[in-house]
Amino acid sequence: MLPEFELLMPRTLPEALEMLAGRAPDGMPIAGGTNVIPDLRGGRYRPACLVNVAGLPELSGIRQEDGMLVIGGGVTVAEVLEDPLVARYAPVLREAARSLASPLVRNRATVAGNLANASPAADMAPPLLVLDAEVELASREGTRRVPLKDFFLGVRRTVRQPHELITAIRVPLPPATARARFFKVALRKADAIAVVNGAVRVDLGDSGFCQTARIALGAVAPTPIRAYEAERALEGHPLTPETIAQAARLAAEATRTIDDIRGSAAYRRHVTEVLVRRALEGLWSRE
Amino acid sequence: MQPKLITLTINGRTHQVALKPNVTLLHALRDLGYTDVKNGCEKGDCGACAVLLNGRAVNSCLVLAWQADGAEITTAAGLGTVDRPHPIQEALADSGGVQCGFCIPGIVVSAKALLDRNPNPTEEEIREAISGNLCRCTGYTLIVEGIRRIIESKNQ
Repeated sequence: MLPEFELLMPRTLPEALEMLAGRAPDGMPIAGGTNVIPDLRGGRYRPACLVNVAGLPELSGIRQEDGMLVIGGGVTVAEVLEDPLVARYAPVLREAARSLASPLVRNRATVAGNLANASPAADMAPPLLVLDAEVELASREGTRRVPLKDFFLGVRRTVRQPHELITAIRVPLPPATARARFFKVALRKADAIAVVNGAVRVDLGDSGFCQTARIALGAVAPTPIRAYEAERALEGHPLTPETIAQAARLAAEATRTIDDIRGSAAYRRHVTEVLVRRALEGLWSRE
Repeated sequence: MQPKLITLTINGRTHQVALKPNVTLLHALRDLGYTDVKNGCEKGDCGACAVLLNGRAVNSCLVLAWQADGAEITTAAGLGTVDRPHPIQEALADSGGVQCGFCIPGIVVSAKALLDRNPNPTEEEIREAISGNLCRCTGYTLIVEGIRRIIESKNQ
């Protein structure tokens, strides 16, 4: 049995924002419920009030707008997996969506919820970090956009205020010369929380030198992280076995791994280096 | 925490039922007599409570009943009965995929969702489709075999 709570059922976004503002800090948005409901049952949260934001028309759909891919705050992971715009412009996000939990969960879980929940192992975070995504947060007072790299504060903590709702995730359309890849090691192939996950993105432009390099890692620190030093080791250089090895070493150094039931700190660190190296090697070697 | 009257269309039959906000769809369904929907982990890990919610396979333990107000729900028993089984149910029985049986309603629902979207899945796609359904008899080989039989018999 779930603990008792009040459940508000807004029909529009303005109504939902009004309710969140009126009930802050005791109100909590619920969409797919795949994290919220187990957390209520387990006692992690005891909100007096839930505001149901699943099905709000303003939060639906994935669209292309002014050079951005805009993923609505209510879009499920299953919708990401099936979307032609994502397949075309952000296949790295599609790869990650395919590895998140199980089809039963993906049909309910939203991308926004995966970010808002702020698990260090959130599978949607690394691909969105390497894509330079922004989180759109709306409240009764207005809308602000936060780069995803500045969104996470700690384990299950983000810059989202209790009266704010993620209304969209905005991804700049990457240039055609950029390539990206997702990676994940877990204790089984499907429906498993990452021991280490991550993504890399490199834009070689026409020059053969890395114009942009992005490396993001999950489950190796209190939040999903960017490996900035490793990125800098690539930018301005060609992708060679030496630069890749150096970037992979620096990526492992960026981690703050811990021991838990899924893996040891040392294993996570080691695997990070291997996975980053393989992902970078694979960008141009495998078609 | 006042109850609210909601409408659930389950296996083609419409129910109006007054429920409190903290009742999950799983408990709403079981209390209405749809006990083919099994209560396993109540965490979204085991898939025993899977149903089709407006055509999509979901864990009913992770849906608040109020969120399903107005929705169409199909349970494994809504797909077929002992007298008139659905081809998926028949294939699982014939293949020996049913051991204790507790996971099977959820497996049937996941298999139905898979075949509705992808009539010719590979073995890997079948395994992926039922990855959210745990069989603690660990009888996955014969379950996958059963689902493969449906595809093979359709292709003959």
